[in-house]
Order: sequence, then structure tokens, then C-alpha cells
Amino acid sequence: MSTATLSTETGTTENGIFYPSNVMLDLSKLKKVYPTPKGDYVVLEDLDLQIMKEEFVTIIGHSGCGKTTMLSMIAGLNPISGGNIAVLGKPVKGPGPDRGVIFQSPSLMPWMTALENVLLGVNKVFPHATKTQRKDIAKYYLHKVGLEGAFNKKAMELSQGMQQRVGIARAFAIKPKVLLLDEPFGMLDSLTRGELQDILIEIWNKEKITAVMITHDVDEAIFLADRVVMMTSGPRAKIGDILNIDFERPRSRKSVLEHPDYYTYRKHLIDFLEH
Amino acid sequence: MEQEIVLKKQRQGLSFLKPLIMKLSPKINKGSLVSFLKKSGITLLSVLLFIGLWHMGAKALYDVEAEYKIEKALAERGQEAADAERACIASGDSSCQPNTLPSPSQVWASLQSLIADHQVITADKAAFVEKMAATNAKLIAQGKDAIVYTGRASFLDIIFTSIKTVFAGFLLALLIAVPIGIIIGLSPSLRSAFNWFIQVFKPVSPVVWYLLVFMIVKTLYIGDSSDNAFVISFISVGLCAMWATLVNTAMGVSSVDKDYINVAKVLKLGTFQKVFKVILPSSLPLIFTGLRITLSVAWMVLIAIELLAQSQGLGLFVWEEFQNGANDSNSKIIVAMFVIGIIGFLLDRFMLTVQNMVSFNKNEAV
Repeated sequence: MSTATLSTETGTTENGIFYPSNVMLDLSKLKKVYPTPKGDYVVLEDLDLQIMKEEFVTIIGHSGCGKTTMLSMIAGLNPISGGNIAVLGKPVKGPGPDRGVIFQSPSLMPWMTALENVLLGVNKVFPHATKTQRKDIAKYYLHKVGLEGAFNKKAMELSQGMQQRVGIARAFAIKPKVLLLDEPFGMLDSLTRGELQDILIEIWNKEKITAVMITHDVDEAIFLADRVVMMTSGPRAKIGDILNIDFERPRSRKSVLEHPDYYTYRKHLIDFLEH
Repeated sequence: MEQEIVLKKQRQGLSFLKPLIMKLSPKINKGSLVSFLKKSGITLLSVLLFIGLWHMGAKALYDVEAEYKIEKALAERGQEAADAERACIASGDSSCQPNTLPSPSQVWASLQSLIADHQVITADKAAFVEKMAATNAKLIAQGKDAIVYTGRASFLDIIFTSIKTVFAGFLLALLIAVPIGIIIGLSPSLRSAFNWFIQVFKPVSPVVWYLLVFMIVKTLYIGDSSDNAFVISFISVGLCAMWATLVNTAMGVSSVDKDYINVAKVLKLGTFQKVFKVILPSSLPLIFTGLRITLSVAWMVLIAIELLAQSQGLGLFVWEEFQNGANDSNSKIIVAMFVIGIIGFLLDRFMLTVQNMVSFNKNEAV
């Protein structure tokens, strides 16, 4: 590494390794092993992936290939068997609000209102803000996801799609460094899914939070992402291929669908999955 | 889905009163009226059928007993005595009535006599209070205890004592079982440490609990001449009934949905917030299921415990009537049986309503 690069780029040094500051999330030699009575089951092995700041990455792969395992390891909810995960050069040790998660099921506390659900995180992350300020933050994000009329509705009274909107608001409201999305729209019908994709990308355009999203939907993967990461089938899954999506942002669904490269991208992904 | 939830809701709690309320409301829609009539018609029919079968059964038993009495008179004292016995039974004279399962009409008569008795005793009590008012005022002025009415308890007083005992026991169970259940539920090691304790004491019979409590309370009350039957019975009831709540609370707390725990982890909530904002609210439905079982168990064991503790409640009432063996004793026992059943039913419905109020998932509570 030349001194010239060091002078122009700032970064941190961890264990003697220099991390350039534009890398938000660094997975190196990541390994996950589940011990079973018949011996160890290796889900992930030698998985390397670097995700840049302000990048939106979607991860696609067959069911059971270990996508969710990888995401929950980044979230800190699942212990790492080998290798390393670092956020801005700092190794991940357990879960924390710097990595917001949107789960597959909305996972709202059903006994709380939409506002209370968002406030639960906001209160934790902004303990020094006044009560009104915190409420304003929560309301702002609920407004952004189109729930201005449902602040005081109990989560259990909301539809699946509305609940996932609250889930999105909750994740953005804690201002995480990385947003982890585990197939957040997998349980929704295609119409609601489209709506929520639009909402997600609209907020994301504004906040530019580094996002890693798992999906099964090829079109969703292309529409949202800067890069689509394809994972090989397990066991011993790793990164199979990475596809750069060069559509300019902000994107609209229409412009993406009409873009001449769209079907090339789509074919690339489908060829990989059907391989 | 939505419709299913609504349907389930209607079947729960005090909603069985709904058709009645709907009927009393001015807006009667024809369909609901028909279904109401149909539903209540079937219920009424089953009640009538029950009373009819009971009546016939009681009649058959009565005849067997009467026949036996006449046969016995014939064998022991000859034809004349047998005829006299037959005439006596036919005349309805209370001195020679066969003593067996009472008929519905006898039970009804006993209920009325118990109510009349209550009115007599109430009047008596009022008169006593009035008569003693001046004396008592003087006694209190002198710093002495006032003279209180110590006459026989009426049937309603007895019911009231039983309800008081069951609620005191229930409260005791709640205060012991819920906090311990939460603590056990939060810690797997405490759970396994306490498991043997729960498994061993849960199946212990009410009678044994009573004896245990009696041993302890008796010693604690040495030198105190006041009546400790109430204390002994409510503590026994509480100890007997608390296990369902203890087990359910521990289970509810330890089996909170993993998603909620993950959310709490991601948000890095502190222990206090995690317990009070996530774990407790999500285990409330199970805690209340436990409390509901506890209340019904409390009511069930109460009768046996009151009998043993000589506490002036329904249990003792039933036992005393049985020992008494008077002509209307059997029918009074049956009256008490219905009263016990109906109060138990109402208590359960009451708890179910409370349970539904705190339950965030309407499908869960059954």
C-alpha cells in the first residue's frame, strides 16, 4: 500500500489490517458450523464479501443456502464459527442498534401501538433527546412509510403489510450504520410488495444507509440493488457471483423495466439460479 | 381470518349473555331473533329434560325406599303396622318420609326455605344491633369490645364466607406464584433447580395441605383464642391452587416468541426494559390462563378444606346437613351443590373475560 493512498484516504487499522473508510461491512473467511450428532454441518465456508458505504446489496440464492444464517451473523444474533465480520473495521461482538434489522415477519410487539413500537428503539438510541423530540422522530418515520393515520393503532390491529411498514420505520428510526433486511416482503402479496419496495427505496434514497437485503425475487433484487450477490447452494456455501447493476438513482420501476440492460441482468441471475 | 376471530370472540367470556342483550335492545333483526330462539329453545329443552329425568329417578328411588319401609314394618310388627306406615307415607307426614335423593320440587322448596331463613336471621340481626346500640356505645366509650351478633349464619352469609375465602386464597396464590414464576421463567438454572419442588408438591392433596397449614398456623396462633378457621382455610386453598399459575407463568416467561427477543437484542434493551416491555406483556395470556385454572381449582378444593377447617362456608354447610339427617337435609345439600356449581361457573367466566381483555392475540385464549 503506497503512502500516497494513505494520505488521500482515511481509515482505521485493526489487527494490523488497514480498512479503507469506504468499506462499511467486511466479511472475511466467514464460517458457520452447526454441530450435529452425525458430525459437523458446515453451512458457510470461506465467505468473503465487502460492502461499501451507502451501498445497497441484495443477496439471492436457493432456500437453505445459508443467506439468513449469514445475515443473522452480521446482526450478531448468531455466533460466528470462524473468520471475521467487521463494521467500519470494528469486529462484531453480539447484536447492537448500529445494525438495524427488518425481519421476515414484522416482529412487532402486538400489545403496543405502532408509535410505541418505533419509540421502543428510538428511546434506546436517543436517550438524551426530550420526549417530544423522540416522538417526533418516530412520527416522522411512520409518516414516511405512510402510516400517519395509524400512530395509535395496536400492532395486532394492523394488516401484515402495514405491520411491515412499521418494521421499516422502526429500523430506519434508530439510524443504524447498516440495515439488514431478511426477506422483508416475502410474506406479502405482490401488490403490497411493490408498494413497500417503493417506500423502502424512497426512504433509502434519502438516508443512504448501507443495506444488505436477502430476497428470493429476482426483479426485487435488480430494482433495489447496486450489486446483486449470488450465493452458491449449501452446504459450504460461499459467494458464487456478483452482478453490478448500473442503473442510475433515483430509479423508478418503469425506467428500470424499460432499460435495455434489464433483461440481460435478469437472464444472468436466472441462469445462475437454474445452474 | 377476521371473521373467524370475531366468531371466536363471541364464544368467550360473558358473551353468552350477548344474545340476551341483543334481544333486549330495541333493534331486533329477524335473523338474530330466530337464532336466539333456536339457541335458547335448545338450552331450555335440555334443562327440562334434565329436570324430568331427575324427577323420575328421584321418584323411583323414593318408591324403592318406601316399599322397603313398609316391608320392614310388615316383617317386624305385622300387617297393621305396615298399613299404618303406608298411610303415613301417603299422607306426606314428615316423620315417616323415605330419606333418599330429593326431587326437584323438594329442592326448590328448600331453596325458598333457606331464603326465608336468611330473611329471618337478617331481621334478627338488625333487631339485635338496635337493641345493643346503647350498650355497645357505652362499652366502646369505656374502651371495651362491643358485643356482636353471634347467632346462626344464614345461607347467604355462608356463601359470602366461601367467596371471601376463595378470593383470599386466590390473592395469596397470585402473590406467591406470579413473582416466583417470573423469576424461575427468566433463569433456566433456577428452573431446573425448582423443578423437583414443583413436581413433588403439585400433586399433593388438599387434605394434606390443610393438615400442613393447620400444624403451622396452630403454633403461630398459640395463646390467641380467636377463630383461625378462616386463616387456615384460605392459606390451604391458596397453596393448593397456586401451582397452575406458577407453572404457567414460568412457561410463559421462558417461551416468549424468539422474534421479540431478537428485537430486544438488536435494540440492546436493558434487563429491566426487556422484562417489563417485552417478556411480561407477551406472557400475560399464559399467566392469565394459569390464574383462571388457579381460581377454579381454588373453588373446587375450598369445599373440602372448609369442611376440615370447620370454616362457616358451603363445605361445612354440606357436611353439617349430611350429619344432621333432617327431613330436608338432602334437598339442602342439593341446593348447595347447585350454588357451588353456579358460582364456580360465574368465577370461571369472570376470569375468562379478564383473560380476553389482557390477551393481545384473541386466538390464543380458549
